[in-house]
Amino acid sequence: MHTFSYVKAKSLKEAGDMLAAHADAKLLAGGMTLIPTMKARLAQPSHLIDIAGIAELSGIDVKNGRLTIGAATRHVEVAKSAVVKKAIPTLAYLASQIGDPQVRNRGTIGGSLANNDPAADYPSAALSLNATIVTNKREIAADDFFQGIFTTALGAGEMIVKIVFPIPAKAAYEKFPHPASGFAMAGSFVSQDGKAVRVAITGAGPGVFRWKDAEAALGKKLAAASVENLNVDATDLNEDMHGTKEYRANLAKVMTKRAVAKLAGTAATSKSSGK
Amino acid sequence: MAKVELKINGVQHSYDVEDRTLLVNLIRDHAQLTGTHVGCDTSQCGACTVHMNGVAVKSCTVLAGQADGAEITTIEGMAKNGKLHPVQQAFTECHALQCGFCTPGMIMAVSGFLKDNPKPTDEEIYHGLEGNICRCTGYINIVKAVKQAAKTMSK
Repeated sequence: MHTFSYVKAKSLKEAGDMLAAHADAKLLAGGMTLIPTMKARLAQPSHLIDIAGIAELSGIDVKNGRLTIGAATRHVEVAKSAVVKKAIPTLAYLASQIGDPQVRNRGTIGGSLANNDPAADYPSAALSLNATIVTNKREIAADDFFQGIFTTALGAGEMIVKIVFPIPAKAAYEKFPHPASGFAMAGSFVSQDGKAVRVAITGAGPGVFRWKDAEAALGKKLAAASVENLNVDATDLNEDMHGTKEYRANLAKVMTKRAVAKLAGTAATSKSSGK
Repeated sequence: MAKVELKINGVQHSYDVEDRTLLVNLIRDHAQLTGTHVGCDTSQCGACTVHMNGVAVKSCTVLAGQADGAEITTIEGMAKNGKLHPVQQAFTECHALQCGFCTPGMIMAVSGFLKDNPKPTDEEIYHGLEGNICRCTGYINIVKAVKQAAKTMSK
């Protein structure tokens, strides 16, 4: 690793001030992506501002039909939280499927969203559930937040404080993990609230995206058969040694069908462990 | 330079280290506890797993500074009064290792996982060991050892 200065921020304001003072500073919460990236010398921040200990960034809470999760909340806390399991059980299930136990013990929801890895799990939940990303400067709708590979609407000096999820009637998440890395080759997060159905696909493209054709069809009839004759547009999907664009498009459809099937049989969404 | 004060296996330590020092380097090079291994050094293999404030973490992906004020347990802290920890005992009896390189990390991961899930199913054991790679055993005897340890510890 290149050298850098490590500093602990005690408050949101202090972290914001430090971030504003150093153009090449980065925020560090769990560090599960940032530290490996720095070890590979793919990033060279001048300062690491440790925000893990800031009280304002933690906590899980339900109020007025909305679930709020602090940005520095670790995956393991979301996976185990009785509040999350009751409000949006699928979100707890999703958190239990991220990386591996050691990663879940450190990694945070804010870090995952801010990094916006094209194969990360959380962005699909935020987009499907129409979450609001609250930063130290403003509120950003999930539809505006994710802007493609490792890119978000976050500006300089801006940091995620909390994420507000409207609680849906039903939701389900299914992913096809790469057998070695565990990252989603394709994952589909489907949520339904009244007539509105939102389908967010992760892993398959250069960033999380909504599959709007499927949303329209599932809005009419919430059944796996509704997407049978639809296809995800493969044009802009990822292609590498692990799979072609068409392969990923098909996987995204299969994961969506599985998620819908799971969602139709509500009980299956409340499982918090197992595959 | 950063001043890092932490407890390792119940003993208080204080070190002045470079800001970029990783927890695993502090443990191995400064505290001279070489039971914690560096395998892949890219947070995939889990050989460097230790407990930080009671939970399993990969010490190659934690900065020493992040562990300031923490309580760390390494493989050297598992046996008590000359008696192996039940997970260590089970690994020995079930022949859950061959070359032994991954074993310290495996034992720390398993003992962390059993705290959360004292009576795991096979599926739950596979899921709980996803962060640790063994290239010798094929995992069969490791899973056996986890079950045996779970049994011993629930007595």
